[in-house]
Amino acid sequence: MVSAPSSDGLIYVPPGVTRSAKIVISGSFGVGKTTFVGSVSQIPPLRMEERITQASAGVDDLARAPRKTTTTVGLDFGRLHLSDALVLYLFGTPGQDRFRPLWAGLTEGALGALVLVDTRNLEASFEILALHEAQGTPYAVAVNLFDGAPYYQLDEIRQALDLDPETPLTTCDAREGGSGVLALITLCEYLSHQHAPAHAPAHASVLEPRP
Amino acid sequence: MSGPRRDPDLVRPYVRTDGRVRAHPDVRLETVVLAASGPSAGLGADARAVMGLFDRAGGGGLAVADIAAALEFPPSAVRIIVSSLIDEGLLTRPVPAGAGQPETDLLQEVLRGLRALV
Ligand SMILES: Nc1nc2c(ncn2[C@@H]2O[C@H](COP(=O)(O)OP(=O)(O)OP(=O)(O)O)[C@@H](O)[C@H]2O)c(=O)[nH]1
Ligand SMILES: [Mg+2]
Repeated sequence: MVSAPSSDGLIYVPPGVTRSAKIVISGSFGVGKTTFVGSVSQIPPLRMEERITQASAGVDDLARAPRKTTTTVGLDFGRLHLSDALVLYLFGTPGQDRFRPLWAGLTEGALGALVLVDTRNLEASFEILALHEAQGTPYAVAVNLFDGAPYYQLDEIRQALDLDPETPLTTCDAREGGSGVLALITLCEYLSHQHAPAHAPAHASVLEPRP
Repeated sequence: MSGPRRDPDLVRPYVRTDGRVRAHPDVRLETVVLAASGPSAGLGADARAVMGLFDRAGGGGLAVADIAAALEFPPSAVRIIVSSLIDEGLLTRPVPAGAGQPETDLLQEVLRGLRALV
């Protein structure tokens, strides 16, 4: 379904695609966001470079106006060709907290976010969850299973992260595309239940035949 | 990164030449655009670079993010350039098949597509 790249490496969205959707892959520093995007994407993952300007007050700046520095932030993304008419873009958020100002542009219009967490540093995820909540981005959480990371029951993790009872919590291996797709399905099932009109059975999608 | 870097302050010269300072709110990173035909005289260098990506598109599209990655332009600048090129009729958004009919639920379409992969 994905066409071959043109001579300059561009892989076009096929003619006939009329809709595009976006899911954000978020999480704290080093949880595997770039790995996840790369293994799930059907095109080689791409990178954009955004520039942000930040005030930086160094010691010798105290007497003067704060100096502005421009930083380049790499943003990874990938693409799935889900049907003849639909593409799904996956965007990884930058891990470092000083790049949080970029989040608004990434999450704007997203179906939702998949938050990757690492059991070796669950506390680092609190801020990420709080940011999504503040921005009104619905999310599911996936524990990225690192080799040698401590193993906890999911309900222990749910408690540690103080997740709402309805927030999906699953596991994945970010290096494995199939596992990533399952985590995305978990997120989208949750989102579709949220959107379901009150009179429709919330679990109707379960009855759909598996291809 | 090899080769010469682009102008580190892309947005400003563009804005100066074209007057558009903001992107359309619905021209986002994942928004797909296609080439349309229209008068392309007088385009700035950045806009011409964007249009040049469509030379071999064969009717295919690119999202704002794809354009930003291919040209090494900041995505915030590409959103503005693409918005302007839509205004000028040089780029267009794909028209949904069966326009006028109620669209099927986007999430259900995404779910169906994802389930087909497992
Ligand atoms: N064992 C194991 N290693 C992983 C997994 N996912 C990622 N890694 C490794 O963890 C490191 C960090 O992964 P990245 O994908 O770069 O993480 P990131 O979240 O994009 O990091 P930042 O963008 O810097 O925040 C890399 O060396 C990966 O190879 C996993 O599921 N299992
Ligand atoms: Mg990364």
